[in-house]
Amino acid sequence: MKQLGNHKAAREVTTVIIGAGHAGLAMSHCLTQRSIDHVVLERGEVANSWRHERWDSLRLLTPNWQSQLPGHQYDGMDPNGFMSMSQVVDFISDYAGTSSAAIYTHTSVTAVYPRDNGYSVATNRGEWHCQTLVIASGAFNTPVVPAVNAALPPEIQTLTPNQYRNPQQLADGGVLVVGAAASGLQIADEIQRSGRPVTLAVGEHVRMPRSYRGRDILWWMALTGLLDERFDEVDDIKRARRVSSSQLVGTSEGVTLDLNTLTDRGVKLVGRLAGVHNNTAQFSGSLANNAKLADLKVGRLLGGIDEWINDNGWSGDVEAPDRPAPTRLDTSPTLEMKLASGEIKTVLWATGFRPDYSWLKVPVLDRKGMLCHDGGVVSAPGMYVMGLPFLRRRKSSFIYGATDDARDLSDHLVGYVNESYRSRLVAMG
Amino acid sequence: MNMQANMSPYTKIVNNGVNVDALLDARAALTEAPEAAQFEWRATCEWINGTHSHSEVEQFFGLGEGQSHKRCFKFDADHPEIFASEDNGATPVEYVLVGLASCLTAGVASVAQHRNIQLNSVRATITGDMDIQGILGVDSDVRNGFQGITVIFEIDADASPEDIEAVVAQSQKRSAVYDLITNPTHVTVETRR
Repeated sequence: MKQLGNHKAAREVTTVIIGAGHAGLAMSHCLTQRSIDHVVLERGEVANSWRHERWDSLRLLTPNWQSQLPGHQYDGMDPNGFMSMSQVVDFISDYAGTSSAAIYTHTSVTAVYPRDNGYSVATNRGEWHCQTLVIASGAFNTPVVPAVNAALPPEIQTLTPNQYRNPQQLADGGVLVVGAAASGLQIADEIQRSGRPVTLAVGEHVRMPRSYRGRDILWWMALTGLLDERFDEVDDIKRARRVSSSQLVGTSEGVTLDLNTLTDRGVKLVGRLAGVHNNTAQFSGSLANNAKLADLKVGRLLGGIDEWINDNGWSGDVEAPDRPAPTRLDTSPTLEMKLASGEIKTVLWATGFRPDYSWLKVPVLDRKGMLCHDGGVVSAPGMYVMGLPFLRRRKSSFIYGATDDARDLSDHLVGYVNESYRSRLVAMG
Repeated sequence: MNMQANMSPYTKIVNNGVNVDALLDARAALTEAPEAAQFEWRATCEWINGTHSHSEVEQFFGLGEGQSHKRCFKFDADHPEIFASEDNGATPVEYVLVGLASCLTAGVASVAQHRNIQLNSVRATITGDMDIQGILGVDSDVRNGFQGITVIFEIDADASPEDIEAVVAQSQKRSAVYDLITNPTHVTVETRR
């Protein structure tokens, strides 16, 4: 890893990769193989978000056998286990250690501007000029906190998942967890078990059992081709990219964590947080339909796996279908909750994250501030993005998805570099 | 994700009378021009006598300009005789039920068309439970509005029970009236002389 002082003159390189997480390093590996000179710029340390922006008990949602990157894969004794954050950091750091590329840590990109035939990348440690740029700075930079946060009584502590470490951090007393994707469910479960009564506000969500018919659900989804489904094959890619993370948890026991599990533990389920008015939280009456939509959707997923098993004559070789029970709900879930009565001490916003492109001074963002890209090929010449949900395939949301994405996009990048070299030669006559 | 083997749109022609292509075109166009998506719906209501009122709906605003229905629609509202009224029309809360049922039913037809499901018949029965101690001021702990609303759909369609359930669930997800009944809405009421 390089440490350097402030350079006066801009340095020239074919490609700058922003971010030394799994996605940036996978790209770096592929560019090295393709003899493209490049640097990797990292605002902190390698695998920075995994080191500093995750809660203590978090484990990967993907099993160890699925932890693989170009030229690097899990080789431990527990292929069906799930990595803790320190293991993820080791896995990615080991990968960086095998790299011959220049990785500049503690180098924050402050601005990227277009320039002739490429981009100018300004950092706290000097400037680079590059012909091509790979944005691998992550999809989860900034927690999304709904505007109603401002209407909460001031005595209530608020937290986002990147600030949350463990339940001991929280005051004794009730906790409202808002959001029922993987983070919200896992955190709600852990806090409830610490003795703090949890209310979970549930909007649209993706239900998924950890295992089905004796195998991990991601094993089935990989086998049946679902995880390889491409961005240009799905009906509505914009919607597919917005879908929240599946309700999964990685534990050594391989347990399923769903709304029924939480109900059994005593968590109170309410609808989506619709508003806060006069110190009263208002929950949507749509909980039953959101649970129904999720039940139907997981039914279609498992039905598709059953179909695959039948078509391939596996029925005798795998366990019988073990469909999850429908989501159980109160007949009339609570619609209102007083926030100033002292019952709720903490609100945890597990309402998602968004990428931060505030440094990107190139007109490539849509009106929602998201990158305009076609399978990772950004709408500005020579610019690419890695590591976003469903970037090129459903599996792009997972670490191992970076393998195929980096291969495809590095091929595209090489083609672009060669083409622009040829056209410059022609222009020079 | 949808692993379900979708019936090919080329093997049968479904007609629920919904122009899905036009709706999809509109969605694409409005994604490009979100300002045109700003609509305003309007109604006027004139007091007649007692609890009887007469409402009209004709003009609205959308796609950047004033719009008009093909004709003016008229609605009488009143209360039944057991409320010491003359029963000149449905009660306002029944209009709310009509709004929800018709919105969900329109959604069922549209979603079914989009999913290539032929509907043969759709009937929604909707009930709203109300404890009128609320509106009468007998018990301040009882709310004025419905304690709950139940919609029962009876649908005959060329599809599996799961697919029909999924159409009904999706119609709720996309319904304006379902949203405004299940979620709070700011209401501003002003008085002018």
